[in-house]
Amino acid sequence: MSHVEATQAGKGLSTLWRIMVLTWRHPWMVTVTIISTIIACGLQLWVPRLIGQAIDHSEGVLDGGAGAVDALWTTAWVLLAVSIGRGVFTMWMNYFGEAVGHHTAYELRLAVYEKIQRLSFSYHDKVHTGDLITVGMLDLEGVRMFFATGVLRVVLLSILIGVGAYMLISTDLVLGLLALSFAPFVGWRSSVAQLTLRATWLTLQEMLQNLSRVMEENLGGIRVVRAFAGQNHELRKYDEASDAALALAHKRVDIRVASTSLMNLSFLLSMGLVLWVGGEKVLSGEMTVGTLASFLTFMTILQMPVRQLGLLVNSFARASTCGNRLFAFLDLEIEIKDKPGAVPLKVTEGTLRFENVDFAYPSAPTRQVLQKVSFEARRGETIGIVGRPGSGKSTIAHLIPRFYDVDGGKVTIDGQDVRDVTLASLRQSVAVVQQDSFLFTTNIENNIAYGDPWAKEQRIARASEFAQLHNYIIGLPTGYDTIVGERGVSLSGGQRQRLNIARSLMLRPSVMVFDDSTAAVDAGTEQRIRTAMKRFAKDRVTLIISHRLSSLMHADQILFIEEGAITERGTHEELLALGGRYRALYDLQVKPGDDALEAAE
Amino acid sequence: MTDVTVNDDESEDRRQRPPRAVVGSSLDREEEVFGKAYDPKIVRRIWAFVKPYQKQIYISVAAVLIFTLTQLAIPLIIRFAIDKGMAAGGGGRVVLLWAIAGFAATIAINFVASWVQESVVGKAAENVLFDMRRAMFEHLQRVSLSWMDKTEVGRLMSRLMGDVNSMQEFLETSVLSVGDIVLLFGIIGVLLWLDPMLGAITMATMPILFIVRLFWLPPAKLSFMAAHHTNSSANGALAEGINGVRTVQSLDRQRVNFDLYEEKAHTNLRAHLRAAKFAQVMVPIVDTLTGISMATVIVVGGQMVLGHQIEVGVMVAFLFYIQRFFDPIRSLTMQYSVFQRAMSSGQRITEVLDVPVNIEDKPDAVALTGEMDGSVEFKNVTFGYRKNQPVLKNVSFRVNPGETVAIVGPTGSGKSSCMSLVHRFYDVWDGSVTVGGRDVRDVTQDSLGAEVAMVLQEPFLFTGSVIENIRYNKESATREQVIDAAKAVGAHDFIMSLADGYDTKLEQRGGNLSLGQRQLISFARALVADAKILVLDEATANIDSYTEMLIQRALKRLLEGRTGLVIAHRLATIRGADRIIVLQNGELLESGNHEQLMNKQGLYAKLYTMNYSSFDDMPENGDEAPPTGKAT
Repeated sequence: MSHVEATQAGKGLSTLWRIMVLTWRHPWMVTVTIISTIIACGLQLWVPRLIGQAIDHSEGVLDGGAGAVDALWTTAWVLLAVSIGRGVFTMWMNYFGEAVGHHTAYELRLAVYEKIQRLSFSYHDKVHTGDLITVGMLDLEGVRMFFATGVLRVVLLSILIGVGAYMLISTDLVLGLLALSFAPFVGWRSSVAQLTLRATWLTLQEMLQNLSRVMEENLGGIRVVRAFAGQNHELRKYDEASDAALALAHKRVDIRVASTSLMNLSFLLSMGLVLWVGGEKVLSGEMTVGTLASFLTFMTILQMPVRQLGLLVNSFARASTCGNRLFAFLDLEIEIKDKPGAVPLKVTEGTLRFENVDFAYPSAPTRQVLQKVSFEARRGETIGIVGRPGSGKSTIAHLIPRFYDVDGGKVTIDGQDVRDVTLASLRQSVAVVQQDSFLFTTNIENNIAYGDPWAKEQRIARASEFAQLHNYIIGLPTGYDTIVGERGVSLSGGQRQRLNIARSLMLRPSVMVFDDSTAAVDAGTEQRIRTAMKRFAKDRVTLIISHRLSSLMHADQILFIEEGAITERGTHEELLALGGRYRALYDLQVKPGDDALEAAE
Repeated sequence: MTDVTVNDDESEDRRQRPPRAVVGSSLDREEEVFGKAYDPKIVRRIWAFVKPYQKQIYISVAAVLIFTLTQLAIPLIIRFAIDKGMAAGGGGRVVLLWAIAGFAATIAINFVASWVQESVVGKAAENVLFDMRRAMFEHLQRVSLSWMDKTEVGRLMSRLMGDVNSMQEFLETSVLSVGDIVLLFGIIGVLLWLDPMLGAITMATMPILFIVRLFWLPPAKLSFMAAHHTNSSANGALAEGINGVRTVQSLDRQRVNFDLYEEKAHTNLRAHLRAAKFAQVMVPIVDTLTGISMATVIVVGGQMVLGHQIEVGVMVAFLFYIQRFFDPIRSLTMQYSVFQRAMSSGQRITEVLDVPVNIEDKPDAVALTGEMDGSVEFKNVTFGYRKNQPVLKNVSFRVNPGETVAIVGPTGSGKSSCMSLVHRFYDVWDGSVTVGGRDVRDVTQDSLGAEVAMVLQEPFLFTGSVIENIRYNKESATREQVIDAAKAVGAHDFIMSLADGYDTKLEQRGGNLSLGQRQLISFARALVADAKILVLDEATANIDSYTEMLIQRALKRLLEGRTGLVIAHRLATIRGADRIIVLQNGELLESGNHEQLMNKQGLYAKLYTMNYSSFDDMPENGDEAPPTGKAT
C-alpha cells in the first residue's frame, strides 16, 4: 500500500505544481501530448495561408496562365495533407491529454481510498461523510481535468494566438491588429463568465441538494406528513426550495447568454472591420483578395481558442481549490497506526487488562471520559458494564481494538500493550459488536462474512443461528442471497443488530464486546441469543455493555460506571446486597411503577 | 486461541482472492433503457408541460431561424464585397461600403436573435423541468401509502431528480436542433445556388460522414455509457467505503476492499480510455473530409475562377461554408441519443404521474371540527394489504371520548393496521371506522389529520430547527406554546442544553439526538397539534431507564383530556390504560381492564405472568415472518 506515499511527491510545492509533478509520472504520454499539440497547431496555422495562396493562384495574381493550374493542384494536395495531419495530431493531442488525466485520476482514486480506510475514528468523527465524498469525487475530477483543460490549453493557445498574431501582424500591421481586436474582449468576457458560472453552479448544486433533501425527507417520512395532514406545509417547503433554485437557474441562463452573445458580436464586429479595411486595401491595390481571405479564415480558426480562454481560467481556478482540498486530505497525519517494529499480537492465556486508563475524546479534550479505569478479564469470563448514557461505558469498548488510543494507563492483552502490536492482528482478535452498524448493499451472506470473506457457508449459517437470525433468513424468498442495505430489503433494527452479532461471531475473536448490541432486539430473542452465546463464551473474554440489566446480570463481574469511573463492582448478587446505584437501577427496571422512579431520582 | 488450528487449515486459500467479497452495491443501477427515439404517447404527455410556454417556444424557434439565416448570410456578404466591390470592374468603394453596412445590420440582427433564442429557450426549459418535478411531487403527496410502502425512496428520487434533469438536455437542444437542420439545408441550398456543379462536388463528402457516423454511433455510445457506468460504480464503492469505514476497520477488511476497489478503478480507467478513443477517432475523419472538400474547391473552383466561370468571391464563400457544414451533422446525430434518453426518462416520469390515487376526499366530504365528541369506533372491520390475506378480520371496538385504550398483541396481530385505519391511510375492505360518529371516508382528509394526532413508533424528524420540528405544520403555534409543549413532555431540559436551544439545527433525521430524545420531540409535536384524538405506536426499542421514565411521564401528560388509542408494548403503559384490547392474528381476542383480563386467564394473563418487559414477545412465535410491507 504505497499509493498515498506516491502522491507525496512534490509535497511542499504549490498545488498546481504538485499536480504537474503527479502528471509527470507519465512522462511518455505527456511528451507525446505536447509534441502532438505543437504539430497540430502548426498545421492549423498553415491552413489560412494555403487558402489565401489558392485564391491568389485562381485569380492568376502570381503568374497568370497555365502555371496557375499546377499551382492549384499543388496547393490542394498540400492542403489535404495538412488537414489529415492536423486531424491525426489533434486526435493524439486530445486522446493522450485525456489519458494522462485518467491515469493520474486512477492513482489518486486509489490513494484517496487507501487514505480513507486508514484514517482513524477520531478523524471520521469530525468530518462529514459528504465532505469526504466531495474530495473523492468532485475534487479529484477537478485535478484530473487540469492537464487537458489547463496545461494543454496554455500550450495550444499560446502557440495559436502568439504565432498567429505574429504572422498576421507581420503581413499587415493594421489589419492584423484589427483581426485580433476581438481577442482581449472575448478572453476577458469568457473568463469572467466562466468564473461566475462556476460560482453560481456551486450555489445551484447546494440549492438542488436542498430541494432533493426536502423531497427525500417528505417521501421517507410520508407517514408523519399524512398523519399531521402536512401536505400543504410540505408543498410550501418544496416551493420555497424550488423557487430559489429556479430563480438562480434563470440567472445562470442570463449570464451565459449575455456572455455568448456579446462574444459572438465582438468577433463579428472585428470581422466586419477586417472586411472593411481590408476591402479598402484591396481596392487601393495594397493587398490581394487571397491575403484578405486568409485573414478572415484565420479569424474563424482563432475564434474557438479565444473563447476557451475562459475555460482555461476556470480550469486553473478549479484545479487550485480542488487540489488544495485533495492534497490537504492526502497529507493528513494518521493518528492510529502501527508502531515501527510492531509485531502481531500473540494470544496465549487470553487475558484482557485495563490498567489505570484515562481517556478523553480528541474532539473534546477537556472532557475526561474515563478516569483510572482498571479491571481484568480472563478467558471464559463475562464482564458486564452498566451505566447511564454518556457515562463512558461504550468508550471502554472503543479502546480495546484501538479505535482510539488511551491518554493514560494502558490496555493489554496477555501483557502486550495494544499499542505495541499490529493493528491488523489486534482487530482480528477483538470484535466489537456495535449498536448500529453499517449494512453493505450486497447479499446477507456477504454481509455476515464481511470480516472473513473466505468462510465456508456452513460457518456462516452457524453464526447466524447463534445470532437467532437463521430462521428469518431462510424464510426469505431468496434466503442468504437476499440483498440488504441501503437499496435492498430493509431490515428492522433488531434484525440488523442480530446480523451484526453474526458478523462478529465469524471472526472468532479472543475478546468479544457487545456494545449495547441487543438494544433493539426483543427480550425473548435476546434470551435465546444469550443462551446460544454461552457455549461461545467459553473460549474468550466477553464484555457486555448495556443499560438493560437482564442482558448482563449473569456476568461473572459487573462494573457500574459513573462519570467515567468504576463506582461499584461485583457479581449481581453482591451488587444487589450492596444496595447502591446498581440496586436502584435494578428496582427501577424490574418494578417500573412511579414510586420506583421517584426513588431512583 | 482454540480456533487457531482451524484458521491454519484455511490460511491456504486466504492468499487467494476471497470468493464472495465485493465492494460497492451489488445492485445494478437502473438500466438505461434504449427506448424508441419517438413515442407519440410520451411526447403528448411532455407537450402538456410545454404548452403553457408555447409562446416562448414559438418566439425562440423564430429567433433560431433568424439566427441561422444571418449565419448563412455572412459568407454571402463577404462574397458580395469581394466580387462586386473589390474585384476589377466591380462597383468599387460604394459597393464595399454597402456591403459593410449590410454586414453591420446582419450582425446586429444576429446578436439580438442569438440573445433571444438562448435566453428564452433556456428559461422555458428550466420552467418546464421545475413544473414537471412539482407535478410529480404533488402527485406523490396523494398516492396511497400502500404504493409508497412498496416503492423505494431512492428510486423515486432518481425519477424526481435524474430523469427530470435528462429532460432538460432534451428540451434545450431540441429547439437548437431546429437551427441545425435549417443550417444544414441552408448551406446545401446556398452552395447549390452559388454554383450547382461545384456545390454538388463539394458536398460529396457529406453522405460519407453521415454513413461513417451511423456506423460509429452505436459502439461509441456503448463505450460512453460503459465509462459512465464504471464511473458511478467506482464512486458507489468509494461512498460505501466512506460510510462503512468504521465497520471496515473494526473487521480488518481494508486489504480485501482495497484490492477489490483497485479492480473497479482499473475497469473504470480502461472504460474511459476506450471512450476517449471513440470520441477522438472522429476528429481525423472529419478533418480529412473537410480537407478533401477544400482541396476540391481549390482545384475545381480555382480553375473555374481562372476560366471566369465563377467569381473569386464564390470560391471564398465556398471555403467558408465548408468549414461549417460538418457541425450540424455532428450535433444532429448526437441529438438522436438525446431523444432516446428523453423518451425513457419521459416514460419513467409519466409512470409516477399515473400512479392511481386511491384515497380521495368524497365530493361531499365534510370537515371534521373540534366540536365532535372524540370517540373512535371500529365496526366489523376487515382489512388487508394483499388480496385474500386479511390482516384484520371482523374487528369491532369502541373508544369512548377521553378514554385511553391500549392495543396489545404479538407481532403481526394487526395492531399497526388499526392505527393506520383511524387515519384513513388505507380504506377498509368491509365494515367501517368512525371518528366522532362520522365514517372517516365521509370527512376531508385534512380535517381528519387536524383532529387525529399520531405518534409513530420510529420518530421521524425533518432537517430544520427543533422549534420547526415541534411546530411542524401548525403554523399558528407561538414560540411559547412550543416551549410549553416541550416542557410538558419533559424535553425542555435537553433542548436547552443543545448549542442553540430551540433554534438548534437538527442534522438529517435528527442524527445528533438520541432515540429517546427524538421520541420526546415527536411527543411535543403531537401535543402542539392539539388534536382531540391521539393515536400512538409505542417504541419497542430499548431506551435507557432514565429516558424511559421521562417518556412514561410525557405519555401521561399527552393523553390527558384526549381520546387515546395506544399500541402498547410496555407494562407500565398497558397498566395505565382504561381498557385493554388483545389482538391475535387479526382477531379481537379479549378486552377489558387489567384485573378483568387477569381473571380471564387468557393470552393476556399468560403474557403478563411471563414478566417480559415487552408484550411483543410470544415465546412460541419467536421469529418474525418475512417483511410484508412496513405496516403490520
